[in-house]
Amino acid sequence: MPDAAAIAAPVRRPGMRFVVRLESLAVLAVLVIVLAVLSPYFLSVSNFLNILLATSVIGVLAYGATFVIAAAGIDLSLGSVLGLSGVVGALSVNELGLPWPFGILACLATGALCGTVNGLLNARAGIPAFIVTLGMLGVARGLGLVLTNGVPVYGLDPVLVYIGQGRPAGVPFPVIVFLLTGGVAHFVLAYTRFGKYALVIGDNEGAARAMGVRVQRQRVALYALSGMMAGLAGLLFMARTNAGDPTGGLNYELTAITATILGGTNLFGGRATIFGTLIGALIMGVLQNGLNLLAVSSFYQQMAIGAVLVLAVWLDQVNRTRARR
Amino acid sequence: MSLLELADVRKHFGPVQALDGVSFAVDGGEVIGLVGDNGAGKSTLMKTVTGVHAPDGGSIRLDGTLLNGREPGEIRALGVEMIYQDLALARMQDVASNIFLGREPTRRLFGLPIRMIDRPRIEREAAAMIRKLGARLPSVDYVVGHLSGGQQQSVAIARALTFNPRLVIMDEPTAALAVREVEHVLDMIRELRRQGIAVILISHRLNDVFAVCDRIIALRQGQVVADQPIAQTSMNEVVAHIVGAA
Ligand SMILES: Nc1ncnc2c1ncn2[C@@H]1O[C@H](COP(=O)(O)OP(=O)(O)OP(=O)(O)O)[C@@H](O)[C@H]1O
Ligand SMILES: [Mg+2]
Repeated sequence: MPDAAAIAAPVRRPGMRFVVRLESLAVLAVLVIVLAVLSPYFLSVSNFLNILLATSVIGVLAYGATFVIAAAGIDLSLGSVLGLSGVVGALSVNELGLPWPFGILACLATGALCGTVNGLLNARAGIPAFIVTLGMLGVARGLGLVLTNGVPVYGLDPVLVYIGQGRPAGVPFPVIVFLLTGGVAHFVLAYTRFGKYALVIGDNEGAARAMGVRVQRQRVALYALSGMMAGLAGLLFMARTNAGDPTGGLNYELTAITATILGGTNLFGGRATIFGTLIGALIMGVLQNGLNLLAVSSFYQQMAIGAVLVLAVWLDQVNRTRARR
Repeated sequence: MSLLELADVRKHFGPVQALDGVSFAVDGGEVIGLVGDNGAGKSTLMKTVTGVHAPDGGSIRLDGTLLNGREPGEIRALGVEMIYQDLALARMQDVASNIFLGREPTRRLFGLPIRMIDRPRIEREAAAMIRKLGARLPSVDYVVGHLSGGQQQSVAIARALTFNPRLVIMDEPTAALAVREVEHVLDMIRELRRQGIAVILISHRLNDVFAVCDRIIALRQGQVVADQPIAQTSMNEVVAHIVGAA
């Protein structure tokens, strides 16, 4: 009865976890070429580092967005939670007089707490993620403004400033954080049960539950993680600007979600890679850098980001419809 | 004491009384055919056993252990596996991941207390299981959504048999299978019986039910209307029970 020929030997595909939609890389390449032709400053080491630096905050946010979207969720509160985390971090050091490590902890904890609230309201109370995180977008932003009276908290501890502005071996510190976090996030998403369950919940929630995945608990953890990433991004943003700015990270969720979708994460869950998100974030960074070099007003840049998001999702739909025929 | 004991199990969905006081028992090594019309409550009943649905009343016991209120993962760990009618597969994941879904073995990363999924082991064991089933699948790396309906069914069957179950529930496991594969599944059920594993087979194909089962239980509108050894009934009688003409 066993039929040895029935199944081929398992094909090892070690590169699979790094597979990125070729379109994403192509878009990045085309952008780089066009900008290199248009601006003589574009292709230089210092500008390259500038791009990475400008991408690091968005990139860290986008990692968080990747986990949530992988599980067919959405986190619209990323930018606001970033702002609130920076405010709380700055206040805890400047107003409460806590030593600088508590400033770091305060940023991460604030983000994780906001994320946990999002997760509980979504998973336990059953309110759609879209509404819960939209509500958090308002609440977190408002709370940041209340805590500071709308005035940024300036002048941080030198160690915190170093996290934002230091350049060990010439590389901006936020870039190091961005790349290291990417490595860890990639490992978690591609190699651990936590990451696998995020993808499976996004793929078929009923199957995940029937097979014993604690779907609700996993959901809460995913939003907590996403919030903590926003807290980390808030720390980087605060440190770079040397201020706890209640308006920090305004609309960043738009850019982060765009980067995630550009990187090949399925908006409806089940398929996501951190490497793809990294490429997507770089596309957004290069785009903004290029538009800056070409002296395009930031008002237009905002329009460009919104248009790219819709375009990325549209292209994905077209691809999928074509694949189904 | 029986392996599985259901006593007065009830479940309603809004106004629909899907299960209306179901009681029966299953012994180890026994093969039960669970039959009934569309909407009779067969799938619902089995989902209350696996913990996917919480029963409104009654008790479900495995070897005396109360299953009511337990998570599906706990119930699987106690040795109850089910092949769901809708297969419960993650279509964007590969075959091996689906077979080990919820049960992934892990190993340490460089000896650190960080656990990663033991992918080589998953692939090895998934391939071995599929070979044992004689299923025709291209590779355990293949994305499940790209497989044919029958191949997907094979993946669901492989998953239910990989973890040394004590009770295997099969909800229409052969609906999409070719003749040769159906024979494989029936042979497998006989093999499970030899090993002392209980099987509950839900099927509309009475020929299959009569070919492998020891006992037939018929459900009608959420109630047990017949519970008889195969030897003491006939296909005509079972059909009469199913349609309510008996
Ligand atoms: N999740 C649900 N929500 C609401 N009603 C449900 C749900 N699941 C089942 N039902 C209802 O419960 C009744 C029993 O359904 P069930 O799926 O158990 O039937 P079945 O015997 O498995 O039928 P089939 O042979 O068609 O698979 C039906 O009336 C069905 O509409
Ligand atoms: Mg059914």
